[in-house]
Amino acid sequence: MRITQGAFSFLPDLDDKQIAAQVEYCLRQGWAVGVEFTDDPHPRNTYWEMWGMPMFDLHDAAGVMEEVKACRKANPETYVRVNGFDSTRGWEAVRLSFLVQRPSAEPGFRLERQEAEGRTIRYTLQAYGLDRPAGRRYGDQALRSER
Amino acid sequence: MIAEPAAAFDGAGEVVDLKTLQAETDIAAPIAELERDLIGLAPVKQRIREIAAFLLVARARERLGLASGAPTLHMSFTGNPGTGKTTVALRMASILHRLGYVRKGHLVSVTRDDLVGQYIGHTAPKTKEVLKRAMGGVLFIDEAYYLHRPENEKDYGQEAIEILLQVMENQREDIVVILAGYRERMESFFGSNPGFRSRIAHHIDFPDYDDGELLAIAETIAAESEYKLSPAARAAMADYVARRRQRPSFANARSIRNAIDRARLRQAMRLFNEGGVVDRDGLMTIEAADITKSRIFAT
Repeated sequence: MRITQGAFSFLPDLDDKQIAAQVEYCLRQGWAVGVEFTDDPHPRNTYWEMWGMPMFDLHDAAGVMEEVKACRKANPETYVRVNGFDSTRGWEAVRLSFLVQRPSAEPGFRLERQEAEGRTIRYTLQAYGLDRPAGRRYGDQALRSER
Repeated sequence: MIAEPAAAFDGAGEVVDLKTLQAETDIAAPIAELERDLIGLAPVKQRIREIAAFLLVARARERLGLASGAPTLHMSFTGNPGTGKTTVALRMASILHRLGYVRKGHLVSVTRDDLVGQYIGHTAPKTKEVLKRAMGGVLFIDEAYYLHRPENEKDYGQEAIEILLQVMENQREDIVVILAGYRERMESFFGSNPGFRSRIAHHIDFPDYDDGELLAIAETIAAESEYKLSPAARAAMADYVARRRQRPSFANARSIRNAIDRARLRQAMRLFNEGGVVDRDGLMTIEAADITKSRIFAT
């Protein structure tokens, strides 16, 4: 199941040139751009691992692209996203966030039912990837762990 | 196989008007500014004109489909203190931007402290961060030879040098690096880091200013902040320049700027002592007395 989180996620994946153009837009707005990755794609998981500090004072997308590539290389088969953080007073929030890498196979989520008091049923989403230990959740690594 | 030579033949008939290309890229303006604003520095201006012409021709070649790899634009500026290295680097960023060889045209000016860390593992992120900030523009490393400390082989400067060299080689289209410093020390720096010498295409040497040029610079600096030298002050300034040059810490235009700043202080004091009633012209004029009170004349 294809994860749709952040901007552009219903479009085909952006290529590097398109990503650079989006980063360029963020920098033009004066936003700090950060790179983050995770192997837990749950929609409520807001705290992704930071790939270094958010980058302030950049003028050109080349520096960010370098970090994106380094992050992909160090963390293949994970989700990687780029955030544009607006530090202007009153905003102080992420203004743009989009995925720049996803695992080659995305198993998706299952629905879990929990029987609670009385006849109450509680529903929750569980990512199939999370059934395996961290670091072996997607791609070849996942297959290797199953053999 | 057949299509390729035919395409080349088509290209042969085409012409590119360099003058039109020049007008398109708007390159004449920054070069004219350079000619007008910077006094002296004839060999430097000559080299910049050469580089600009070369880059324009490279653009023209590209247009006709001739081979044109990204040219190496890294430079080294050598010269005594106060000969205008930083000023020219700033202009260079704007020239390269208008020619389309750097995308943003900003200048990031750094020294050893901005690149080299204080403990193990500190240097690489620091250098990379500076490089990222300079991407799309020009990185100006002042007194670059301090990066290399031959007396201490554990010095972290070497790490910064390696990262710099790697980026200078692999991301030539993203960044232009300009190294600056005094001539002799840069020579020995390049001697111990041959990687730098071979990656830098343009070595530009900044000559010292002669007395006439320094006097012209003094007047320009004064005019910038709406002061002017009276004829007597002009003569005193010419004398001052000749004497100042003999002093050990002479730093060309920088010394002159400081002299003008101090003359402004003395002028303010003089205006007070003269009674305090002063007209517009009096506020603007630096008199000979403001200059001859300098320590330089005491000896």
